[in-house]
Amino acid sequence: MITFLLRRVLQAIPLVLLISMVIFGILEKAPGGPLAPYLQNPHLTQADVDRLKHNFGLDQPVPVQYAHWLGHVLQGDFGYSTSNSMPVGAAILDRLPATLELMGCSFALSLVLGVGAGVFAAMRPYTRWDYLITTLAFYGQAMPVFWLGLMLQLAFAVHGLEGFGYIIRLPSAGRCSTDACDVADQALHLILPTIVLAFVNLATWSRFTRASMLDVLALDYMRTAAAKGLSPWTIVIKHGLRNALTPVVTIIALTMPSMIGGAVVTETIFSWPGMGRLFYTALGQFDFALLMAYLTLLAILVVVSNMVADVMYAVLDPRVRLS
Amino acid sequence: MSAVVAPTRHLLQRFLSHRLAVLSVVLLFCIVSIAIFAPWLTKIDPNAIDQLHWNGYPLAPGVAGHLLGTDESGRDLLARLMYGARVSLTVALGAVAMQIVIGTALGAVAGYYGGWVDYVIMRSVDVVLSIPLLPLLLVLTAIVADTSNKAALSFGTIILIIGLLSWPSVTRLVRADFLSLREKEYIEAARAIGCSDARIIIRHLLPNAIAPIIVQATLAVADVIITESTLSFLGFGIQPPTASWGNMLANAEANMPIAPWAAIFPGLCIFVTVLAVSYVGDGLRDAFDPHFNPENRPQSRGARAAFGRKVEPSAEVPT
Repeated sequence: MITFLLRRVLQAIPLVLLISMVIFGILEKAPGGPLAPYLQNPHLTQADVDRLKHNFGLDQPVPVQYAHWLGHVLQGDFGYSTSNSMPVGAAILDRLPATLELMGCSFALSLVLGVGAGVFAAMRPYTRWDYLITTLAFYGQAMPVFWLGLMLQLAFAVHGLEGFGYIIRLPSAGRCSTDACDVADQALHLILPTIVLAFVNLATWSRFTRASMLDVLALDYMRTAAAKGLSPWTIVIKHGLRNALTPVVTIIALTMPSMIGGAVVTETIFSWPGMGRLFYTALGQFDFALLMAYLTLLAILVVVSNMVADVMYAVLDPRVRLS
Repeated sequence: MSAVVAPTRHLLQRFLSHRLAVLSVVLLFCIVSIAIFAPWLTKIDPNAIDQLHWNGYPLAPGVAGHLLGTDESGRDLLARLMYGARVSLTVALGAVAMQIVIGTALGAVAGYYGGWVDYVIMRSVDVVLSIPLLPLLLVLTAIVADTSNKAALSFGTIILIIGLLSWPSVTRLVRADFLSLREKEYIEAARAIGCSDARIIIRHLLPNAIAPIIVQATLAVADVIITESTLSFLGFGIQPPTASWGNMLANAEANMPIAPWAAIFPGLCIFVTVLAVSYVGDGLRDAFDPHFNPENRPQSRGARAAFGRKVEPSAEVPT
């Protein structure tokens, strides 16, 4: 196990380095490159530009610049964010809690609802319930995330949804109200963004869980478990779900990139002060250091989640040998 | 299927048994026709402001001959939706064509030759797949937008950027197929009679790997429509005044309290189109899958009303 982990980490390092090189190469191609925010100043003379270039080390070849960047990153210095007027590390740490809160909540929601719905559908296949869930999942995959966000805002924030004599109103922007910012208020602010972000995964995960569960339920040991007189729940959860989860875990890890993409959209629509919006603002002003750090961190996140999937695979299924 | 039928006919029969997919084909045919014939179907210029009636506020549906109302600048929503369909569909077809050509070529070469070629191609697949697509697309479009100006984000550029970044999944698919197909006896036979590598790949391997590629291409169309509209919504895709379903929603957001229709209809267009494309993909996958028998597609009576398929109990139901 330890050797397997070590080997995977050693394989991941060159991949991450390669990715960061590619990203650096792309960002460097931008007009002005890292100097872009400074070049917007009309009072800048050519001599100033040259001096800035020299001071930032931008007159050196790109590989040297990359090595310079990497050296600093390894010491924990991601550079200076021009769009936030603070070090990139501080800007990211500032926004990280909000993003983790949103992504964590929606991850939990899509895990419970997605896997739950998948198991539920698989237990009564080809019935009304199954078709309802499968159809909803299909519709969910066709739904553009940002439009769902807009429609939920329209329903809950603009008008307020009426029903049973109540009007349900939910906040549609930010993390908490300025006047009354307590835990309950924060929870209310979380509801809509969480639902929208969870939607990205909900559909995919439930479809995969259902398919995987159907495969497992047809196996001989399920009949054996029933013959032993085990309760239906023990059969489905302990014998069925545990075995059905193995492929689902892989899918969950592989949907990580789409969830991050979804976070950019969701945070933009709901003015959520997280990393996705930090990235979106940085994009408009071409904040080189921040974009570089953000994309590299995302790539690391994706590589690590793939690694976690492999390990989980082995943990959930003892038949998988880590060699 | 009882009687022996020709393979294409057999495929068609299987596809036709998926009624939602057939319905979706009809719907897509209508959408594509509307997109192609938009200038003949509506006399209204999608970018023209209705100077006569517009008073600074969006006009509601039905007012002053605007069937779906106008947007916040007094431009006819229906006309913009019809012209927007051209943008969404052109970008989707263009980007998917690129993605399939690049992905298939690389996957075929990687799977057929193996060795270091395979290694290099698959490592580049890993690299591209490790950067979340949407942020990467945004960065690239932002760079292009800044180089010249935002107007440079034309159809062509958007197609190019999406096409250049979305091929890795196709490559994986084709490579996996080629890896198993190249061991088949008929490939050995082809090699024995002196076929060149190119001929083996194009004439013998590719036709046998085409089914999953077609399914993937269909589903990719759905993906690209959503991707393009998301980019345009965020301001880094198709630029106004050119109408695209995505950028129509960007402005609608701020005006939602007074003009909800401007936010509802473009999204509905995206949703319905993507849904139809997905159903077609679903139908194609079933039709191509040799293990899937449409005769056995089980249904409950309740689902029959919704799906219109045959009702039959399943062998899979655990008792």
